[in-house]
Amino acid sequence: MLLAQAVLWPVAIPLATAALAACCWQRLAAQRAISAAGVLLMFAATLLLLWQVRAEGVQAVQFGGWAAPFGVSFVADRFSAAMAAITGLMAFATWLFGQADIRRREERAGFHPLFHGMLAGVNGAFLTGDIFNLYVWFEVMLITAMGLLVIGRTRAQLDGVLKYAVLNLFSTLIFLMAVALLYGVAGTLNMADLAVVLPQAGPSLTLTISALLLLCGFGIKAGYFPLFFWLPASYHTASITVAAIFAGLLTKVGVYACFRVFTLIFTVEGSGLREILAVMAACTMLFGVFGAAVQWDVRRILSFHIVSQIGYMLLGLAVATPAALAGGIFYIIHHIVVKANLFLLAGAIHRASGTFDLRQSGGLMRRSPLLAALFLVPALSLGGIPPLSGFWAKFMVIDASFRGGQGWLAAVALVTGILTLYSMTKIWMEAFWKDPLMPRPTARAVPAPMLAAIALLAAVTVAIGLQAEPFVAYAQSAAQALVDPSDYIAAVLGAVPAEGGAMAEPRP
Amino acid sequence: MELILALSIGVLGGSGVWLLMRPRTFQLIIGLSLLSYAVNLFIFSMGRFPVGRPPVLEPGTAGDPAQYADPLPQALVLTAIVIGFATTALFLVVMLAARGLTGGDHVDGRRQDH
Repeated sequence: MLLAQAVLWPVAIPLATAALAACCWQRLAAQRAISAAGVLLMFAATLLLLWQVRAEGVQAVQFGGWAAPFGVSFVADRFSAAMAAITGLMAFATWLFGQADIRRREERAGFHPLFHGMLAGVNGAFLTGDIFNLYVWFEVMLITAMGLLVIGRTRAQLDGVLKYAVLNLFSTLIFLMAVALLYGVAGTLNMADLAVVLPQAGPSLTLTISALLLLCGFGIKAGYFPLFFWLPASYHTASITVAAIFAGLLTKVGVYACFRVFTLIFTVEGSGLREILAVMAACTMLFGVFGAAVQWDVRRILSFHIVSQIGYMLLGLAVATPAALAGGIFYIIHHIVVKANLFLLAGAIHRASGTFDLRQSGGLMRRSPLLAALFLVPALSLGGIPPLSGFWAKFMVIDASFRGGQGWLAAVALVTGILTLYSMTKIWMEAFWKDPLMPRPTARAVPAPMLAAIALLAAVTVAIGLQAEPFVAYAQSAAQALVDPSDYIAAVLGAVPAEGGAMAEPRP
Repeated sequence: MELILALSIGVLGGSGVWLLMRPRTFQLIIGLSLLSYAVNLFIFSMGRFPVGRPPVLEPGTAGDPAQYADPLPQALVLTAIVIGFATTALFLVVMLAARGLTGGDHVDGRRQDH
């Protein structure tokens, strides 16, 4: 039971945690205990799932005893299992950081139920095998994310959430239209079944429109080039724990959905999508990095860098060779760890210097050398300095785009890398190196849980960098499974009836 | 019947998009609602469009698919309506809070932020 349903636990545990925590609304101590247990259990469940997928291949569970394609499928292949595991790690790290960052006022406003509800949405989106369910998980994520964004009830947050909510609601409507069109053509919503049915239906205008709508819908979620403006307008207003998990996970759910849909249901190869994706990838990288260059608020710089880094992942999808997809997957994993860590560091910088504005801060090198050392790891990794994880990620996507005949994309990626380094140098110079303008009364020492969370993620970054081989091999096999989804399809559609009718049989 | 459905989807969608371009939060929320009605009708129209046919089979018969409406889009629309209702309600609360804090209903709230 425990192992057979391993796909469900990463979704079920945070949902149950959110419900339990909501039941103890008035008792903060109970909420904290439930939240801690939920985070640890979910982390364990995602690791279990990862281990199981590595050992036994694609895992699929049909909900409610109806065989696919009629029931709702939950599927974990190597890609989604890795995404779920990294979600578990992020939940643990931000929870640890939150021990020192989340205020009682925010807890009273329902931080714990919302946090776990969002995690359930993220994991649900990674593990669902049904495209309409993907919409539902997107909405779960959106509703809880809206709550988390305004949890401090400040003017800036309400201003940010308006943009966030309107554009994300709009994107889910577009996505829903695409789903409707797919259903109209194929008569099914199960993604594995769609992958079987659509090639028989042949290309048509309806399908092209559906693909473009999906690209727009996911593009708004992920922050692709013409659609990213809501992201830097809202992320910096959230409290730092929330901003870190948003920066790490939420946009990547959009990227994940793109990778899934444009390998399993549609193909980039030979459909004319490649040119669109390539231009979008290049513009996403450049606009993000230039946007960051003119900012002085650490959180705004980092928000723009989310956008530019998303471009690298999209580059992997645009080139769409197995090597490029492997690079994209490796990039997503590396980026989630590094970017969330940088946001956590921004929170620590704020704690230590009393401000997010780089012009006002300074002198942290002398005051907290440990923080300075910890900052260097994700910052250099984001810039792509060997031997950290970012180097391998950039190397994989850039090498793949040269080999895939998209040399100009590789050139854009290299230029973006240099400009990224410029932004990181700016944060380093201003916050750590230069002497502070004046001693700030609000500056305090950085508490231990914050440092522990940052050190944990930095250690993961270093570990991926120094021991890159197993990660690269995993990404390559995950990409291979994306290019040739026959295992995925067989696991969803084929294996269940073959196992015997026990699950599909109607119960008396 | 098809024409009426197509026209209503078009009018709802068009009005929704136009309202989304407006600078006041109340117009935004109405725009989003209209747009979601348009999308819901659109989903509904995807399961063919038989008039006056039941979506549920008679008990004990296999049934001829041509004689029945496709129940799945109806279920999807129902789900979408429920979710849309929840998000609209939540958005309305956020909007009212923003109105209270900023004293205006302009989407940019406090102008000249940073």
